[in-house]
Amino acid sequence: MALNIVVCVKQIIDPEIPASQFKLDKANKRQLREGHNLVISAYDQNALEVALQLKEKAGGKVTALCLGEAGATSALKSALGMGADEAALLSDPAFLACDQFGVAHALAAGIKKLGAVDLVLCGCVSGDWGDLMVGPLLAEELGIGCVTFASRIEATDGALLFRRVVETGVERIEAKPPVVATVISDETNTPRYPKLRDIMAAGKKPIPVWKAADVQVDAARVGAAARRVEVDDLYVPVRESTCELIDGETAEEKADRLALRLRELKLI
Amino acid sequence: MPGILVVVAGEGERLTRNALEVLGGAGRLHQKLGEGLAAVALGEKAEAAAPALIAHGAETVYTVSHTLLKDYQAEVYLAALEAACAKAEPRVILLAADSMGRDVAPRLAHRLRGSMVSECIELDGDAGAKSVRAIRQSYGGKALAALAPKAFPAVVTLKLRTMEPAAPTEGRTGRTEALSVTLDAGKARTRLVDRQAEGSTGVKLEDARVVISGGRGLKGAEGFKVLEELAQVLKGAVGASRAATDAGWVSASMQVGQTGKTVAPDLYVAVGISGATQHIAGMSGAKAIVAINTDPEAPIFKLAQLGVVGDYRQVLPRLLAKCKELTSG
Repeated sequence: MALNIVVCVKQIIDPEIPASQFKLDKANKRQLREGHNLVISAYDQNALEVALQLKEKAGGKVTALCLGEAGATSALKSALGMGADEAALLSDPAFLACDQFGVAHALAAGIKKLGAVDLVLCGCVSGDWGDLMVGPLLAEELGIGCVTFASRIEATDGALLFRRVVETGVERIEAKPPVVATVISDETNTPRYPKLRDIMAAGKKPIPVWKAADVQVDAARVGAAARRVEVDDLYVPVRESTCELIDGETAEEKADRLALRLRELKLI
Repeated sequence: MPGILVVVAGEGERLTRNALEVLGGAGRLHQKLGEGLAAVALGEKAEAAAPALIAHGAETVYTVSHTLLKDYQAEVYLAALEAACAKAEPRVILLAADSMGRDVAPRLAHRLRGSMVSECIELDGDAGAKSVRAIRQSYGGKALAALAPKAFPAVVTLKLRTMEPAAPTEGRTGRTEALSVTLDAGKARTRLVDRQAEGSTGVKLEDARVVISGGRGLKGAEGFKVLEELAQVLKGAVGASRAATDAGWVSASMQVGQTGKTVAPDLYVAVGISGATQHIAGMSGAKAIVAINTDPEAPIFKLAQLGVVGDYRQVLPRLLAKCKELTSG
């Protein structure tokens, strides 16, 4: 069955920059951009990969949707380069001031503007704030079901089959579209690198930019005043630890000394 | 009386570590806020957990017992929780940040028009100001955020292996109330087809006092053999980074990290693990961290107390032999 899939992607500052380069914008209570690379949050990339694989098997369309600053079109171009068919950006000061509830409300409005959808995907956790809320909140906003921590998705006869990763192992969950799923990585969904010709084609594709007035949002649900949680403080914790590097002429000598040190510290 | 409500599911006479951690966090918040502390237990025979919940601090226990609650299903659990919250009228709702808590909590907060803080590592309250403060890690643990809910009820999921578990008190009394809730299987939008337990022999990873973990630097499944042997000698468990499990070298159930298992052992040995932010999120609670890596610039060395810059293929076999020698006496 052909599937209409929307993948919500977030553009974030590369989380793997060295810790020494991590600086905070205390006034705005977030990380300082400082010219660091911007990337699509890792699990959102897995979500794109899952969507593209599903499209390859079942047919259909993949649309990448992003809520971000004006420059986030670069993330969407990346998604198009990977193989997404369409992309759209939700960009408005009111959206940027949202908490997760506001973000989900705005994304849902964007999804509704895109038309009938079978599957909404996003990463299971965001690469910057480490929140796991937007996926389940999207399900509430759209009035549909949700499967979290799905590593694989199959389209069967009129239904979708999810492989859900839980503490004790895996579950197989069945749901009829439309449904939301948050995606976790595994060996089957490593994100593909965009092909050069797809990146070039992506450069030509128009990416609509939607402000709050362009989608049906409840003004009372977006913007700073709608925030349900305030960030009182954001700070870098002082880390006292220095690493004691075990010395030695050879690897074996280091190993011996490490074992003795562990014994000394009563750790073994 | 509006207060704190702890949510547990599938608990029996003996509470799991996750439940004890939430009760611990709830108890300490209760001391600060001075509001009532209640628990709601969901399951097929939820009343079995009531005595233990009371012994560990719940003043009131609401139980919702139903065959439909045997396995977690979002819409059904939400209906049961909405009914319990209508009865208990809590201001703060606490759940463990396990796969169920992470799935249900945001949706419960949405339905109750409340707020939510996820993966809280420290919970504080002020009785006078009637305020709650939740601290959580952000940016892969590089920063901490102190959050204040402005909308109530505030739903908070507590990061596993962070809260000091509650201890039982002899002779504590409390009230148990069985709630009669009509649950409709027709409301379920998803269906559990089956589940496959990823069986692991030996020490359970989440409870192990010693964890030996392997990452990308092991370059394949073979590399884990010497880690298994070392774990055996030290009576610990073997973990892995996302790189290793996504590559299919070891079972996904061994993954330590933000979306894998959270561990807080006495000793964590990271072998060939660079220390990516989401991995650290799963093991930063370890009391002592040892890093073995060929790259002296690897971020893991900023977190570890002890480090060896070297190739694990030379270091581990010798470390194994020496540990065997030292622990056999």
